[in-house]
Amino acid sequence: MNVLLYLIPLALFLGLIGLAAFVWSLKSGQYDDLEGEALRVLLDNDDNYHDEEKIEN
Amino acid sequence: MAKIAVSNTVSVSGALEELPRVGGYESLVREEKHGTKSLCVLVQGVKCAVCIQKIESTLSSQKDVREVHVNFGAQKLLIEWEGEKERANEFVQIVEELGYGVKPYSEKSAQSSVKSEGRFLLLCLAVAGFAMGNIMLLSIGVWSASGEEMGVSTRNFMHWISALIALPTILFSGRPFFRSALSVLRKGHTNMDVPISLAIILAGGISLFEMLHHGEYVYFDSAVMLIFFLLIGRYLDFKARNNARSSAHDLLQSFQGFASVVEGKNTKQIPIRDVKEGMMVRVSAGEKFPVDGVVYEGSGSVDTSLVTGETLPRTIEKQASVYAGTLNLSTPVLIKVVKAAEDSLLSDIVRLMDKAGQTRAVYVRIADKAAKLYTPVVHTMAALTFLGWLFLGGMLWQDSLLIAVTVLIITCPCALGLAVPVVQVLATGLLMKKGVLVKSGDALERLAAIDTIMFDKTGTLTGGDLKLRGAYDPDSLKMAASLAAHSKHPLSKAISRSYDGALLSCTDVQEFEGKGLQGESSGHKIQLGSRDWCGEDKKTDSHHIELWLSIDGQNKTCFTFEDRLRCDAKDVIASFKQAGIDMLLVSGDRSEVAEKIAKEAGIDEVYAQQNPKQKFEVLEKLQSEGKTVLMVGDGLNDAPVLSGANVSIAPGTAIDMAQNAADIVFMGGELLPVYKTYRIASMTQSLVKQNFVLAVSYNVIAIPLAVMGYVTPFLAALAMSGSSLLVIANSFRLKLRS
Repeated sequence: MNVLLYLIPLALFLGLIGLAAFVWSLKSGQYDDLEGEALRVLLDNDDNYHDEEKIEN
Repeated sequence: MAKIAVSNTVSVSGALEELPRVGGYESLVREEKHGTKSLCVLVQGVKCAVCIQKIESTLSSQKDVREVHVNFGAQKLLIEWEGEKERANEFVQIVEELGYGVKPYSEKSAQSSVKSEGRFLLLCLAVAGFAMGNIMLLSIGVWSASGEEMGVSTRNFMHWISALIALPTILFSGRPFFRSALSVLRKGHTNMDVPISLAIILAGGISLFEMLHHGEYVYFDSAVMLIFFLLIGRYLDFKARNNARSSAHDLLQSFQGFASVVEGKNTKQIPIRDVKEGMMVRVSAGEKFPVDGVVYEGSGSVDTSLVTGETLPRTIEKQASVYAGTLNLSTPVLIKVVKAAEDSLLSDIVRLMDKAGQTRAVYVRIADKAAKLYTPVVHTMAALTFLGWLFLGGMLWQDSLLIAVTVLIITCPCALGLAVPVVQVLATGLLMKKGVLVKSGDALERLAAIDTIMFDKTGTLTGGDLKLRGAYDPDSLKMAASLAAHSKHPLSKAISRSYDGALLSCTDVQEFEGKGLQGESSGHKIQLGSRDWCGEDKKTDSHHIELWLSIDGQNKTCFTFEDRLRCDAKDVIASFKQAGIDMLLVSGDRSEVAEKIAKEAGIDEVYAQQNPKQKFEVLEKLQSEGKTVLMVGDGLNDAPVLSGANVSIAPGTAIDMAQNAADIVFMGGELLPVYKTYRIASMTQSLVKQNFVLAVSYNVIAIPLAVMGYVTPFLAALAMSGSSLLVIANSFRLKLRS
């Protein structure tokens, strides 16, 4: 049963990673506009283009 | 290809010049921490992915712009940039030039607290989900192994870890229930959250006690699972209600526009709220009057259809009164404010709406009714179970308490809590795809119960646009259309719409307010306007709206117009009649026009020439007779009735205020969505009732078993989730049935 000493913390750790990822996505506002994000998927991502442009400036 | 020569349109009262349209937004700019400035505004007309991209890419390509984000759900735009505050106006102008409406918006505490409430519920849900998964992992191990296989110490070890996960989770994720229970208990009431909180705390407490005494069973899993499932229902319910709240907030924001106030030689943009009596306000063509006032300089025509429901514009001259919310059609005018925004006609209507909204709050949702009945019964039953087993059954207090907790868990209104929100979220999603926006959480519930419908005429039963009647000589029509292309008057627009050939070039076009248009084309002087002005004195007995064309004072042609029914209005009215619903037409327009439309549509009861107050009185009369009324309307004059009716629907072409006041908004040129929404609402309601039957019958079977002590808390939690899943599955039948 000693293997439990590794497995349980491991399982908890994996779960916590998932939870932390969720909390991060929540804090960064990814759940504030669910309909909008669904539409954004359809866009060609040329936002990067503008970002690069700004860096050059 | 239509060709229009560039003409030198001269405005007769042209002493006033046009203003730059955008201004005043700098006062809404906020300073961010990193020295950047940010502006949040409401955008209108964002309907698809392309709109988002257009706005975001255009703005982010501007110099010094750091971030642009369109929130599609809330229809808000956030811009962050480095540099001066004044650039806000520039950005707003860019968005307006892209073809979207922009309205000032300032984040109020109410709105941001709603946002953080949503986040809070999601966070609680995530933590509960994480805890539930991990505790299950341990629990399954404990249950599948017998005592000898695992050994007491290993089992205790598992219990300790479960407790380590469960107790913080209960404290963290249980907060939405604890808070709500505490706040109602303080006021001396009780609600669904009281038995829920009690069950969670007791299940946790007993498990802790058992664990410390090396007991065989702990029930941390049950407590956490309970929280998880209840939070799902809670979040869905929150989402359904949130829409209603935010639209009410947007209504208040629409009074935050700017007015161009003239002081001496300077013109300043100031928020409408701050406009005081006696100030001079300049209103350009195509702009709405921000306040009530009298015309001081200039003259023109005003589209009052939003306030009075009349289809024809009114002519205004010096000293004439104008009302806030009406549209200045032709030339810029200067008005003297007689009433500040807060006591204008518009605000009177808002006040009437507030009053109406309060009366509607009396309506009690099915779920709340159930909760009121449910909680005392549950509490008493659990208490009796505990006392019964303790004194009559001769059990230990721990065991009696455990059975009482099982009763609390099994009676937990989880399925009951999901019964309404799941169906509602599914129904609103379904309607959204059909172009119908359901704004208030319980609108469908109310819609299913109606027995009377009040229709507005202009813009609701009719398309709102005037149509040219009959056939005319092509040359006259061409001439009229060429001249009409120079004006914004509704009649001119109607002529332009019904003519799609090439246009003649017109020069020296002048617009005479309240009279008509005059111009020159291929050497002829053409006039388009009222009968008197065109020099016609022969009377016609037609009650249609007319417009005369004269060429060099000769060759007079009379164009007549009518307001036409939406193409499917007749069928929709017939379907409603079949469903046994009374209908009446209430319009601000003249009685002969209203009656004609009513007859065409098949409505028998007509109230014509009604002002907003009278319309509201009609509603009050109906309601005092015990009728449940649906209002379908689009104008400012309908707004009080829209918010006072038991439930209300507005077309997407309605003014913002009517859309805000209405519970449901539908898009497109047809009236059919109104009937479809009614059908889906009825279906939704029958599914909700089925769900209640499912949830209650589950309780009827499970409660006696729990009271008798045949069910462990874990089985109770499992059965409870089972009933929740059943209710969810039943709700999905909505998709199949529509």
